[in-house]
Amino acid sequence: MTIKEKQDELISDFSFMENWMDKYEHIIQLGKELPLIDEKYKTPDHLIKGCQSQVWLHTDMQDGKLIFTADSDAVITKGLVSLMITVFSGHTPKEIAESEIYFIDAIGLSSHLSPTRSNGLLSMLKQIKLYAVAYEAKSQSQKNGKEL
Amino acid sequence: MQNVPDITVPAIDIEKIRKDFPLLQEKVYGLPLVYLDNAATTQKPQIVLDTLMHYYIHLNSNVHRGVHHLSQEATAAYENSRKTVASFLNARKPEEIIFTKGTTDSINLIAYSFGRGEIKPGDVVLVSAMEHHSNIVPWQMMCEDRGAEMKVIPMDENGELIMSEFSALLTDKVKIIAVTYVSNSLGTVNPVRDIIAQAHARNIPVLLDAAQAVQHMPVDVQELDVDFLVFSGHKIYGPTGTGVLYGKEEWLDRLPPYQGGGDMIKTVTFAKTIYNVLPYKFEAGTPDISGAIALEAAIKYVQQIGVENIQAWEEQLVDYAVQQLQQIEGLRFIGNAKHRSGAISFLVDDIHPYDLGELLDKQGIAIRTGHHCAEPVMGFFCIPGTVRASFAVYTTFEDIDRLVAGIKKAAAMLR
Repeated sequence: MTIKEKQDELISDFSFMENWMDKYEHIIQLGKELPLIDEKYKTPDHLIKGCQSQVWLHTDMQDGKLIFTADSDAVITKGLVSLMITVFSGHTPKEIAESEIYFIDAIGLSSHLSPTRSNGLLSMLKQIKLYAVAYEAKSQSQKNGKEL
Repeated sequence: MQNVPDITVPAIDIEKIRKDFPLLQEKVYGLPLVYLDNAATTQKPQIVLDTLMHYYIHLNSNVHRGVHHLSQEATAAYENSRKTVASFLNARKPEEIIFTKGTTDSINLIAYSFGRGEIKPGDVVLVSAMEHHSNIVPWQMMCEDRGAEMKVIPMDENGELIMSEFSALLTDKVKIIAVTYVSNSLGTVNPVRDIIAQAHARNIPVLLDAAQAVQHMPVDVQELDVDFLVFSGHKIYGPTGTGVLYGKEEWLDRLPPYQGGGDMIKTVTFAKTIYNVLPYKFEAGTPDISGAIALEAAIKYVQQIGVENIQAWEEQLVDYAVQQLQQIEGLRFIGNAKHRSGAISFLVDDIHPYDLGELLDKQGIAIRTGHHCAEPVMGFFCIPGTVRASFAVYTTFEDIDRLVAGIKKAAAMLR
């Protein structure tokens, strides 16, 4: 699935839930199911700044695609992190860097979450895009035979 | 409702009181609001809102300056508020009441003026381990500036000050002690009479942060014999941006002024300025006139109900809340002081306080999560923060039942 298709699927999933408690229930479930990050990556280097609860994000490159793993000390945050990872993991840096992200607004997360939480979500989005741009720049320079 | 105790404070007509507060009639997410964040700020009764409006419609004029009618009216109203605050605290004279922007502003004033007037390199300022940042940072800044040292009265696991350690810290180097009357993060009521007695035995003045005290219990500065006492208007049903500094006249006379400007001067020449007398010496610039007058309305509102009655009512609420909360599986209190007031801090299992707070919010229950501007307290307990429920005169037993049900629901989702 493309990043766009994944976003559309998430929007559709959430549209079936009538009230915000149900939506939270779903987010919490996703948080509990989030595959755990390797403990060795839970270091200050991997912390995302701008989150009130702690979020660690790690990136791996496999066959030209970025794989994200993450964790948080707050389970709602973990659920939101899980949404992000579902959308972005398994795509090339170029796809991620060029993607247009609309599911956060479409689901209503930005208006319903507490401001600290939605700021954290935006920090995470920014960080994922930064990783992608950095990987993309690196692969471009390698293609051009230049050292980064 | 479960096990609601017999209401034994006949003076508290809770239905009537709740009707006095327009915001309590609001709904959030379509649900009746349960407002349990009163330690952060209280809601305002109609009389306070009316007083603000009345001032701007009928009285607005600058104080202490004009010969004209309105200015005299505004000045009289502003100075009447000072008299009301003085009698509320049982100060000897209205001149011992300085209007400020709030508790933080009051502490900054004393830290600055006391530092400049009284502190030499090597001197010591004592604070406690449970202070709000407002009663730490101004002293830290002053100590850095004066080459003095800040020392901390430690607390134990229950969130109570270790008084033997306090006594051991009292040396001739200590020049002032700044402690909170009631902890905003733990609800602990500190043994301030004992602290003041021990301090005065060594001629050390004491500042009490009463931001979480004056709205919950009778406070009498003469009976306490406290040197400085500070509080915020907005936590006692008054407007934001208002605050009070009480200081004994001999201390306020002795300390140098804080800010310079209009109103705090007697005469100004480019060579030398002669400062005004108390209380004006510490009130530079046009004050928050409407705020001070509306603060008087808030204090009169409290006096009308009777602060003793409020205390009796809230003690029942706190007891009931503790009793109900401790039946929630996995809930632990942060701070278990024998003598507590106004606020209860807790955590449930390893659920993050932000998660719990967010799900309570979605059920229409306003509580506070986080470090409550007391990071050293959270550091002491090795926790990222707590969930805090804090009470006011308009809090009901039903509010607490909704809180308990809300926590159970949220915890079931989050576990």
